[in-house]
Amino acid sequence: MTIDENQYTSKKISSLSFGIMSPKFMKAMASAKVVTPELYDKEGYPVDGGLMDVRLGVIDPGLKCKTCGSKLKECIGHFGYIELARPIIHIKFINVVLDTLRCTCKDCGRILIPKAKITKSVEELERIGKEMGLEERRKHVKKIIASLKTINQCPYCQAKQEKITIEKPTTIMEAEKRLSPVEIRSRLERVPDEDLEVFGINPKASRPEWMVLTVMPIPPVTMRPSITLESGERSEDDLTHKLGDIVRINQRLFENINAGAPEIIIEDLWDLLQYHITTFFDNEVAQLPPARHRSGQPLKTITARIKSKEGRIRHNLAGKRTNFSARTVISPDPKLNINEVGVPRVIAMNITIPERVTEWNMKYLKQFVEKGNKEYPGSNYIVRPDGKRKKITDETKEQLLEEIQPGFIVERHMMDGDIAIFNRQPSLHRMSMMCHKVRVLPGLTLRLNPAVCAPYNADFDGDEMNLHVPQTEEARAEAELLMEVQTQLISPRYGLSIIGCNQDAISGNYLLTKNMELPREEAVDLLASVGITDFTSLTNKKMMTGKEIFSFMLPSSFNFRGNSKSMPEDHKDYEVYIRDGELITGVMDKSNLGEGSGLLLRNIHKQYGREEMVEIIGRIYRLGIEVLMKYGFTVRVSDTDLTTKANEQVEAVIKEAYEKVAEMIQQFKDGTLEILPGRSLHETLELRILEKLNKARNETGQIVAENANQETDTMTMVKSGARGNLLNLAQMSACVGQQAMRGSRIEKGYEGRTLSCFKKDDLGPEAHGFIENGFKKGLKPHEMFFMSMTGRDSMMDTALRTPKSGYLYRRLANAMQDLKIEYDFTVRDASKKIIQFYYGEDGMDVSKSEAGQINVKNIIRNLK
Amino acid sequence: MWSRVQISSGPFIIKTKMVNKINQVKHNLIPLHEKLSEKDRTALLEKYNIESKELPRISIKDVAIQHLDVKEKDVIKITRKSHTAGTTTFYRGVVND
Repeated sequence: MTIDENQYTSKKISSLSFGIMSPKFMKAMASAKVVTPELYDKEGYPVDGGLMDVRLGVIDPGLKCKTCGSKLKECIGHFGYIELARPIIHIKFINVVLDTLRCTCKDCGRILIPKAKITKSVEELERIGKEMGLEERRKHVKKIIASLKTINQCPYCQAKQEKITIEKPTTIMEAEKRLSPVEIRSRLERVPDEDLEVFGINPKASRPEWMVLTVMPIPPVTMRPSITLESGERSEDDLTHKLGDIVRINQRLFENINAGAPEIIIEDLWDLLQYHITTFFDNEVAQLPPARHRSGQPLKTITARIKSKEGRIRHNLAGKRTNFSARTVISPDPKLNINEVGVPRVIAMNITIPERVTEWNMKYLKQFVEKGNKEYPGSNYIVRPDGKRKKITDETKEQLLEEIQPGFIVERHMMDGDIAIFNRQPSLHRMSMMCHKVRVLPGLTLRLNPAVCAPYNADFDGDEMNLHVPQTEEARAEAELLMEVQTQLISPRYGLSIIGCNQDAISGNYLLTKNMELPREEAVDLLASVGITDFTSLTNKKMMTGKEIFSFMLPSSFNFRGNSKSMPEDHKDYEVYIRDGELITGVMDKSNLGEGSGLLLRNIHKQYGREEMVEIIGRIYRLGIEVLMKYGFTVRVSDTDLTTKANEQVEAVIKEAYEKVAEMIQQFKDGTLEILPGRSLHETLELRILEKLNKARNETGQIVAENANQETDTMTMVKSGARGNLLNLAQMSACVGQQAMRGSRIEKGYEGRTLSCFKKDDLGPEAHGFIENGFKKGLKPHEMFFMSMTGRDSMMDTALRTPKSGYLYRRLANAMQDLKIEYDFTVRDASKKIIQFYYGEDGMDVSKSEAGQINVKNIIRNLK
Repeated sequence: MWSRVQISSGPFIIKTKMVNKINQVKHNLIPLHEKLSEKDRTALLEKYNIESKELPRISIKDVAIQHLDVKEKDVIKITRKSHTAGTTTFYRGVVND
């Protein structure tokens, strides 16, 4: 786009400077002087010179602002001011005031640095500011201030300096005597401009005496609108209440001073005014009771509005909400493509996409208007060229249909093929926000292909996800080009496909490619249900092997060599060999098809590109599921059954371990146990017992592995890597094993014993959390109790660790967010400082590599 | 080795045991630090088009470079083990702070 820059720019900001408001400035910007705490007169009209003065802005509909003449919502409000009877220290500047007082002479106001050194200090500051940034400069200013505190004689007028202390929150003492704000202000006035630079204060923008208020700005009423309750009663904002207090006390102070009241009364009122003004700025000052409503809840004043999570910055500025987004529970749908997202119809009818009417698409867009907003796919709004939005309803649609012409915008319902950005928090990844194509579906949940669970780290135990619909052509193009699922297939973390098969898709393909053989008809049926329609390359054999069927998923020119980790190394199917798109040996398991493992998927991506890759993964995924659908897959309790012989073996192993442990305990009691180096006798015993019992559990696991029926579906899952492992199986069928807390056996409980059902000082396995039964057989009461102990412990552990590691990650991400690899392969930050001399120390782009390496052999092989 | 060191001026004399001095630079976990020659230094700065202060910093008091007789603005070459590249070199500019 070519926009003439000068055409639209009427004024340009060249610089911004921040400073403290001077009393003169406050008066100049004010449009009203506030003199009375009253708000409204008897008729309910704002009092002139009151806090709700009409010159301060409008908050009632229909009224016009007396200052600018605009209506409600157009007038942004105007400041007023009050003249304070006596100066008041601004609480937010109390530390600066204190530092300035301490560092300057009480008589002549000069900084306590000899003349010759001042220019040097300023130059030093400038240098540090330039070289190391503002942060360092501020640190240096603090150092200077700290060094000046101890000087007790003015180098200019030789006056002796008293020690100045602060009595929090706002009282400043000089050698046991209180300094009044009047005195403080006059001292600050005496500090010359050129000395201020050493404190890091820019005298043009902020003089220190301005930190002691003589005039106070009254914020506009638009910043503190009053609300009208149903009863017709008016309720004022917290700030208005506080300002009322300030004005009231201020008036009383004036009157008392004019009447010549005793000093004590004036000082009391003065302190009260100081309190009110302090709490007006900050109601959470330490050592100061917060100002409260009559109900007892503290007032929310200016600081509370800005800071903390609910404050203006984090809540309203950093935490903006967006339109055209949706959020619900997610559920899986393997029939969707990997780059699709299923959107409930109710959402599709609520989120719209604007399309501009041209003479070529007029007929097409009119269809949506005709349908109205209640029928899908319809439209909700029409925007006229002048910007007027018209809602489409059954009543208005006929009229709008006639009105419509090129230049209008129709906001039609979301439809299949539209672009949407799908996201799951926490968004730790770039893969946590990917662009999908919309598929409008019945139901109320957002649907996604389970293969994309891995990049989102999603499951379906109640997870919710967000959907954003870009509204302009540019945004859609950008989202599609940069964020679509296809573009995110290879993880930049380890250079392998992060999207692959999981769960049923793995066990299905495993069964298929291992030793399945099926008649041609069934094979065709299977392939058709996956979405293959072209069977010209299908051989004419009566029976087809699973490998042949799987080969249909692969491009016909694909060559690959790899390993199946699920097969023993001497088995012929250990080696995966794909020649010209034909799977010759090898089975498909997790090491080949899984998420983030194996080079099979990585090589497909490299040779055939992202579009083909999504297609292939989708097909393989569906094939796996179809296989299970057709041939059945059931996990039974009997899968965990052992033979009588195996059961006896397990019992023997545990019995033997018990005996060994008893023997060790006896040795311990006799004192003949051999002590391990660096351990006490008792520690040695514990370690030895733990070692022995763990060995016993592993042995039972071994027995289970050897004796379990290899043909069961549970074993299929374990072997293919789809779900579960041998340990899980052993825990179900044989022995759960030792429960450990903090790396040792369970010690907690009563004095000398863990539970009251044991004898005191029983060191045996049962009394310290060894569970000899399997889950299927069932746990004894004390075993169940130990199990719940470790269960609770590990649950707490994860619950406490997640936010901690999340914060750790966040800090890391924030620290590294502006790092960039330059063209000379150095990693530098925003100020071009070098962080790393050669990216990753090997200069490799992991997302362009295969598992962090470059397979030179493969490249050469493919050159031929 | 025992040495008597009077730490407090009070009536107590605190005896401290001196540990045999360990040569930290030879420690397994301290990578090799070398000083770049003036020629190499200018070549490096020219290669990356930077000034000495834009380099990562190392304190002049750092234990690992005490034996190198360094002064401010020298460049230290560090050769360390790397997970990705076997060995890698890193450069730091000496600062006095």
